[in-house]
Amino acid sequence: MAESLPIDWFPLWLSLRVALLATLLAAASGIPIAYWLANRDFRFKEFVDAATTLPVVLPPTVLGYYLLVLLGRESWPGRAYESIFGEPLVFSWQAAVLAAVLHSAPLLIKSSRAALESVDHVYERAARTLGAPEWRVFFQVTLPLARRPILAASALAFARSLGDFGVTIMVAGNIPGRTQTVAVAIYDAVEGGNGAAARALVLVVSLLALALLTLANRLTPKRAMS
Amino acid sequence: MINARLKKSYPGGKDSRAFTLDVAFEAAKGVTVLFGPSGSGKTLTLDCIAGFVRPTDGRILLDDALLYDGPTGVHLPPQARRCGYVFQNYALFPHMTLRENLEFAVTRGGNVERHKRVSEMLDRFQLGGVAGRAPHELSGGQKQRGSIARALLADPKLLLLDEPAQGLDAVLRQELYAVLRGVQDNFARPILLVTHDVEEAIELGDRMHVFRDGRIVQSGAPRDVFDAPASPDIARQLGIYNLIEAEIVALDPGRNTSRLRVGDFEIAGTYYPGHLKGDRVTLCAHPTQVSVTARNGSPRANQIAMELEHVVEGAQRARLLFEGGFRAEIARAEWEAIERAEHFAIEIQPSSLRLLKG
Repeated sequence: MAESLPIDWFPLWLSLRVALLATLLAAASGIPIAYWLANRDFRFKEFVDAATTLPVVLPPTVLGYYLLVLLGRESWPGRAYESIFGEPLVFSWQAAVLAAVLHSAPLLIKSSRAALESVDHVYERAARTLGAPEWRVFFQVTLPLARRPILAASALAFARSLGDFGVTIMVAGNIPGRTQTVAVAIYDAVEGGNGAAARALVLVVSLLALALLTLANRLTPKRAMS
Repeated sequence: MINARLKKSYPGGKDSRAFTLDVAFEAAKGVTVLFGPSGSGKTLTLDCIAGFVRPTDGRILLDDALLYDGPTGVHLPPQARRCGYVFQNYALFPHMTLRENLEFAVTRGGNVERHKRVSEMLDRFQLGGVAGRAPHELSGGQKQRGSIARALLADPKLLLLDEPAQGLDAVLRQELYAVLRGVQDNFARPILLVTHDVEEAIELGDRMHVFRDGRIVQSGAPRDVFDAPASPDIARQLGIYNLIEAEIVALDPGRNTSRLRVGDFEIAGTYYPGHLKGDRVTLCAHPTQVSVTARNGSPRANQIAMELEHVVEGAQRARLLFEGGFRAEIARAEWEAIERAEHFAIEIQPSSLRLLKG
């Protein structure tokens, strides 16, 4: 019977690994963008802001399509990747990481921008009058002062990365033991009538997400930064 | 030496009126006070000098370094200006200890040398015992000293202080003044001090510029400015004078006297060159130069009848507040001699009545 099939935990471990890498990548690329949006006035600021929010509103299939075009074996980034690592990027677990980045970065950028904007500029000004170059102002003053809300945003981004389905299945596919993430595996289990596996994965993912949301709430400062 | 000529315009908006800063001044070693009410452009001037705000036009020269020049577009970033800034609320980094705050300012030299410099500065400002504390664990005075120490460690060529005594009580103020006088003795460079506190200006200032609506309306040694405000507006702004509106009813250059009508009363004044009989003038008198007497019925010659509204008795002196905000400050013994009276009159020596222009 399908009910008695053993539960494959690989998708959960893969998802955790994908989510962790995706969160790190989203933070490394998103926080500088957020800082830029929070502190600089330039002509196309609203456009850039809209573009970084776009993945939230576009259907996952559209995002998946863009990624396929951008990273496929015919594109130059795809070819560059293949020449370095010896295998194509699409339909690999690394592609799932990029899908998760796309899925979680907008949230991270929005929350980080708000967090960075909430830092009292007087500290940044003080640092500048003390001769600190901009990178030092950012890493030693602004970022530490905004660290709690940014960590909260990262926890949310991690939770969101765990849950991507649409983009992942388009660019990474559904290869059990290789690219099958937990969201895809649940779909597969339900489709294949493996109720026990579906229930177990659903329960674990739900508890994990709940724990992450609680963590994010605890990290969010109750009072405004002063 | 700093030499600044600044222009900064803000067009008026829906909720804000237009504002233009247009000032020029020089400051050498010592404390130069920028004095004026809130919104008169004092802090904006500091922000332009520090490089936080780009002026619309002008030129800022610090020693031989050009910090800003409108026509050529020179506008150095704050990092390159070497202007120490002590902010109103100290701006000590809340996520660092006091020592780490000070270390942030020292970038040159090896670890040992940096540690030594910071330790010396901590000792100089009597902060050695609290170096490991976070800013929120420090007292107001300690934060203040820490903030000044941190600014000095970056070896600035100019020190900017924005209302440093704001929010400190009388004792801490005196402590701060002592600290700043110490800084002044050791720091052979200009210090610009923004304040709207008269005592602070007199206490610390070597020179002062009075700001009003984005302009400097009077400059000089603080004592001179307070002794001779250039206009009724400035006298009012200084807040320490009684202003008296009078009409000249007689002038005698030979005896250097005049008669002045103040409301229903006539008092004696000195001769005021350049004025004619019938001119309306504004005079000012310091509260300590007003004498107060008890009165039965009409006041005597040269006195003005006034209703007393409030008395604050200090240990040495009594401060009397009369109708219309007129103030007098007399010795406590003098007050005790007349305190039972119901009606009072005030009198001012002609030489203590200063004529204000404008």
